[in-house]
Amino acid sequence: MQTQIHRIGALALLLTVASCGSAGVAPATPDATPDPAGGPPLVQPGAPGVATRSIGTREATDLSGVRHRAADVQFMQGMIGHHAQALEMTTLLYDRSRWEDIRLLAHRIDVSQADEIRMMQGWLRVRGAEVPRGDEHHTHDGMLMPGMLTPDQMAELAATAGTEFDRLFLEYMIMHHDGAVIMVEALFASPGAGQESVIFGFASDVVADQTMEITRMRRMRGTLEVR
Amino acid sequence: MTSTAIVPRRHRNGLARCAWALGVLAVLLTAATLGGAQERQVDPRVGLAAGFRDAGEAAHNMELVVNLPKPDGFFDPEAPAGRPRPPRPPEAETPPEGAETPPEDDAAPAEDAPEAPSAEERRSRISFSNSDLAFGDTHMFVGNYHGFNTYSLEDPRELELLVSVVCPGGQGDVSVHGDLLFMSVQATRGRIDCGTEGVEDPVSNERFRGVRIFDISDIRNPQQIAAVQTCRGSHTHTLVLDPNDPENLYIYGSGTSSVRSGDELAGCVDLEEDQDPNEAPDVALFSIDVIQVPLAAPETARIVNRPRIFADPESGSIAGLWQGGDHGPGTQESRRTTQCHDITVYPEIGLAAGACAGNGILLDISDPVNPERLDEVVDQNFAYWHSATFNNDGTKVVFTDEWGGGGRPRCLATDLPSWGANAIFDIVDRQFVFRSYYKMPAPQTELENCVAHNGSLIPVPGRDIMVQSWYQGGVSVFDFTDSAHPVEIAFFDRGPIDGENMIMGGYWSSYWYNGYIYGAEISRGVDVFALTPSEHLSQNEIDASNSIELSEFNVQQQVRFHWPASAAVARAYVDQLTRSHNIRAAHATAVDDLLDRLDQAEVLDEIDTLAGELESDAAVLPAGATRLRALAQTLTGLTASLR
Repeated sequence: MQTQIHRIGALALLLTVASCGSAGVAPATPDATPDPAGGPPLVQPGAPGVATRSIGTREATDLSGVRHRAADVQFMQGMIGHHAQALEMTTLLYDRSRWEDIRLLAHRIDVSQADEIRMMQGWLRVRGAEVPRGDEHHTHDGMLMPGMLTPDQMAELAATAGTEFDRLFLEYMIMHHDGAVIMVEALFASPGAGQESVIFGFASDVVADQTMEITRMRRMRGTLEVR
Repeated sequence: MTSTAIVPRRHRNGLARCAWALGVLAVLLTAATLGGAQERQVDPRVGLAAGFRDAGEAAHNMELVVNLPKPDGFFDPEAPAGRPRPPRPPEAETPPEGAETPPEDDAAPAEDAPEAPSAEERRSRISFSNSDLAFGDTHMFVGNYHGFNTYSLEDPRELELLVSVVCPGGQGDVSVHGDLLFMSVQATRGRIDCGTEGVEDPVSNERFRGVRIFDISDIRNPQQIAAVQTCRGSHTHTLVLDPNDPENLYIYGSGTSSVRSGDELAGCVDLEEDQDPNEAPDVALFSIDVIQVPLAAPETARIVNRPRIFADPESGSIAGLWQGGDHGPGTQESRRTTQCHDITVYPEIGLAAGACAGNGILLDISDPVNPERLDEVVDQNFAYWHSATFNNDGTKVVFTDEWGGGGRPRCLATDLPSWGANAIFDIVDRQFVFRSYYKMPAPQTELENCVAHNGSLIPVPGRDIMVQSWYQGGVSVFDFTDSAHPVEIAFFDRGPIDGENMIMGGYWSSYWYNGYIYGAEISRGVDVFALTPSEHLSQNEIDASNSIELSEFNVQQQVRFHWPASAAVARAYVDQLTRSHNIRAAHATAVDDLLDRLDQAEVLDEIDTLAGELESDAAVLPAGATRLRALAQTLTGLTASLR
């Protein structure tokens, strides 16, 4: 037992030494010493095993690589129209359903998505991009955005009432929310997109919120089956 | 802050509206009752003037000792506040003669990016936000979305910057252990090489999301020695020192963002659309990352477990806790529990409190690699369980709710005081028992992002006191010794950063460390505060808290305070007993008098006699019993040390 522990210890030591040689602590570099003016150093580490270097202020604050891209702008423009259709759907609801749970859900969707539309419009405005009013349903290449209802489907929804409306509303809103999640996935799959800090946070939040509402709507749909 | 800090969302449900109406009614009633003869006491935090460097300030029972703005490299030189530049008249485009040419804007923008960012665009960035704090020896490490800064605390009143380290990735939460510094990276822009240029490809071996490890033995020249990749990145992390495993340090990593592709990091599995989590047994949701750091070879750190701490023991479902959604009409919508936002461990008592999106959970961490859930709670007022703090005895937990994600004004007069607040629980038989809510009481404006955020204990013996950040709601110090009735005892606040637009700012973290309170202000830099004596906190109690000297402090890793048997600590107990009328006046005077004459040998016997009497009183004064005994023990401990 004792011998074994010693052997393991020796092996660990050997591995430690070996890894220190290859990717261990890098020696201090002259680059990273305080600047001649005597101010504290501004440095940038390297990947593990690569020495830290000094860096100038301008290079340190250069965010050009993580500035928003065309894909980010298109995402925001598209999501405004996408959110706007959700609001059109909830507008239909108040005359057509008396189910308290679904009215409350619709109210939450109203409040949060209207607020998000204003946020997205502001995001686009300060970046000098075209700000959609919110009635566009199609992407730049003319495709209906993921999860969007066709005019026929909207008309179908508007023509129903009561439990039939509730059932259809949930079906379409789940589809609609799933579409928003797909739009985020597509954003993160675009080169360089989704990296600017604001859009990273917003897109992540769309997934978290809408996934939560999808779960909730599925549960509601379940209770509808047994009503 | 959550990863989702910037999303505007407003819940104006029936309850909130009702609260607003009641508030208006209350004001009208108050005005009517007072009849205008008596001015209503207005909180000095209300109506503070806006400004980045010249905002109005209100301080109560604490003082701002020093403010140090963020260093070069950690703010946009064109918009230091993150505030808009004043509109520039066309002729001002050409600098006046003799003036130095301002530095060019950023380097050439990426091909499909628009030209230089506008002033407003700059304002809306959070790329340079200060975040969490950690302390080691006489050093303070201030995390930032852009890297971290190291300060010397040799003289806290003369804070000195030692080094600025550029290594972006957000949130940049930091922890320290000996010569090792740990940092959380979650954003998809994070790079293994600390580069500022982001990562172009959706799947890339240059991307880094996880926990970085730096060797800081040369404090001005830190070296990255390891970068432990995780599926969701690391939003926060917690160091766990296992008393039974001195060879290793453990890290609980919590990622709150998207799961990356398995093509980028092997083994990362996300849920397919509509997929039941239990049909994806390897899914990178519904777990935390347990990272083992061998202290002899920290560069070999690796993930050793992803425990299913949200599992339902009966059904076996890995997604066994809160499924997301509200708790009935008029209640808050709570996030689904797929992750923890933050975990606070208390290894000495073998427990951890997890703030995990839709739940607060209690974990047994006696085996840190395999934490086991003991209890879980939901709260109908909590939107997002964000962080946790034990009291020193480990008998209470303060949970915070980061309603709105930190980027929204959630301390309006119309907001419910139980929304975006703390919930305080007792731990009874290893189960949570809800006791009360605490929310910083001064209403803030629409221009100030505000909600409960990070804080730490202040080690006043005999009391549970916490200092806490509320973003632009300032810093609030409160006593929760009586967990059902928390009381604010000190505060500091500034007006909004800007008078017209809400700009992300305020205190991310404010922690006590060796006699001072340090605040990481998102855009205004670092603030140092000292408590001042008041009817709520005596000079003796402040002195007693200052008898605690830590050599290292990470707030998510709680270590029990042990107060010395000193005169300062004894006097602090006397003040508390006097305040609550639980000590005979003659005894209080006697303690004071005897402690003044400690240099006289015969005094020691008198103190021991007095201690005996205090012990006897404890039996007849139940409300003061604990403190009377603590006082008696402190006195006998003191005499023993002097003999």
